[in-house]
Amino acid sequence: MKSKSAAMAIMGICTLYFLVPIWWLFVGATKSRSDFGNTAPLWFAHFNLGSNLSELFHYRDGVFLRWMLNSILYTGGAALLGTVLAAMCGYALAKYNFPGREAIFNIVLGGVLVPATALALPLFLIFSQLNATNTFWSVFLPSLVNPFGVYLARIYATASVPDELLEAARLDGSGEVRTFFTVSTKLMFPALVTIFLFHFVAVWNNFLLPLIMLGNERLFPVTLGLYSWNTQVNQLPQLRMLVLTGALVSIIPLVVAFLFLQRFWRSGLGSGAVK
Amino acid sequence: MTRKKPVSAILFFVLPFGLLFIAFYLAPIGYAIKQSLYKVTRTGTFGPAHEVFGGFEQYRRVFQNGPFWESVGRVLLFGVVQVPVMLGLALVLALLLDSGLVKGRAFFRLAFFVPYAVPGVVAAIMWGFLYSPNLSPFTAVTKTWDLLSADLVLWAMANVVTWVYVGYNMLIIYSALLAIPQEVYEAAKLDGAGPIRTAWSIKIPLVMPAIVLTTVFSIIGTLQLLAEPQVFRTFSSAVSSTYTPNLTVYSTSSIPNFNLAAAFSVVLALATCLLSFTFLKITQRGGEK
Repeated sequence: MKSKSAAMAIMGICTLYFLVPIWWLFVGATKSRSDFGNTAPLWFAHFNLGSNLSELFHYRDGVFLRWMLNSILYTGGAALLGTVLAAMCGYALAKYNFPGREAIFNIVLGGVLVPATALALPLFLIFSQLNATNTFWSVFLPSLVNPFGVYLARIYATASVPDELLEAARLDGSGEVRTFFTVSTKLMFPALVTIFLFHFVAVWNNFLLPLIMLGNERLFPVTLGLYSWNTQVNQLPQLRMLVLTGALVSIIPLVVAFLFLQRFWRSGLGSGAVK
Repeated sequence: MTRKKPVSAILFFVLPFGLLFIAFYLAPIGYAIKQSLYKVTRTGTFGPAHEVFGGFEQYRRVFQNGPFWESVGRVLLFGVVQVPVMLGLALVLALLLDSGLVKGRAFFRLAFFVPYAVPGVVAAIMWGFLYSPNLSPFTAVTKTWDLLSADLVLWAMANVVTWVYVGYNMLIIYSALLAIPQEVYEAAKLDGAGPIRTAWSIKIPLVMPAIVLTTVFSIIGTLQLLAEPQVFRTFSSAVSSTYTPNLTVYSTSSIPNFNLAAAFSVVLALATCLLSFTFLKITQRGGEK
């Protein structure tokens, strides 16, 4: 009995630690600028969320909405395409025996250890020689590559796609590519969701690449946009409420994605670590 | 039945990723190495700049750069404290969730995971406000300790990183715990092992691969610290433009001195790989005993 209450107490304290800052952000975003400084930080004052949101979305021709859409495009597009590419490569490494297979796998695995920030600067230099910095593609294309996804896809394909099934599909006259897209991807689906989510979060959080590549604020993802506003708070104090409200809004897509996809990915998450 | 190797199918599967990997991973690494071996010289003070081969001159400058090595020491100190705290907490929470002592598991799992949905930059901005004495809801704390002062700001950042990533690491360890077959526990019960004994002697060794994986990712993450210090520069004058190695690379490239910045990047990438790899080797040897 004693250990049960101790366990619940630890859980309760940790819940406070993780959720109070989010609660504070939510409460803060519902306040007017003067209430924000003068009223209890963890409880509501005059409910001003609607006008904060409207100010957020109208400020400077609605640039914030643009940032959110950019983030969704960069992240959703890169994660979707990147997952398919990583799955194809990992699947081939798992299911076909060909010369150079282990070499390719080891190089890709080495890629997992290379910090993404070490790549950002040389990528910037290469893109600037091609006059391609400050474009959508300069952030989007590098975001497609996900070596960890290849690693996970290989493990999952080995574990969940039986050779006998592929043999049977071949006897039925199905081509290799068609078999992959109709049979194998179904078996790998929980894994694909996991890879997608990892990739999504990595790109959504990527800060250095857009910071280095982009100068035009219409191309910013929401993280870079909020960062740029936050650096101006000292000169333009009215931006503080916009930064807070914007921070709250920026969290929503990921929370929705997690809630929406959690029944698929929970089962797959551990396998990459256990094998 | 002999079958031709489906060469075209293999190429179809491997090439798209392979080409992008070459273009956006291997090529930049090669380019950075090449850049780091060059230097810019000028004819006269204001003459046109041109790049000439400089051998290891940039690396000599990297190794003589005091602030850079200070920043390396700073993130190592950060990592030595923050990574064990974060993973220890993640492990304890995962074991508690798995122990049957806790009601409402689905709620706690979600509650601990929510911060992971907050991008690093946004988390740093939020906590920056929470630490600011005149805005913080915790004025009792922030009036006693100035969390944004030179002494404490590193640990203020460690808290932000911990807050964001505990739930993620917990979930990886918890998923590994769920994958342990029930028979193992029955055997332990027959041997008379209590819950703590079971956790220590059975669960933790069995989820060691998951802990190793999260540790490697945390090491890589620590050496990459950028968003948090970059954001905290707007809240605290204690964070300099060379506070972490990545900030040094960033500020060197915006001077701009690309050759030196490239050398910094190469040294940093090598250090990260070496640390992660060494850790993997040490833990693997430990596992073979």
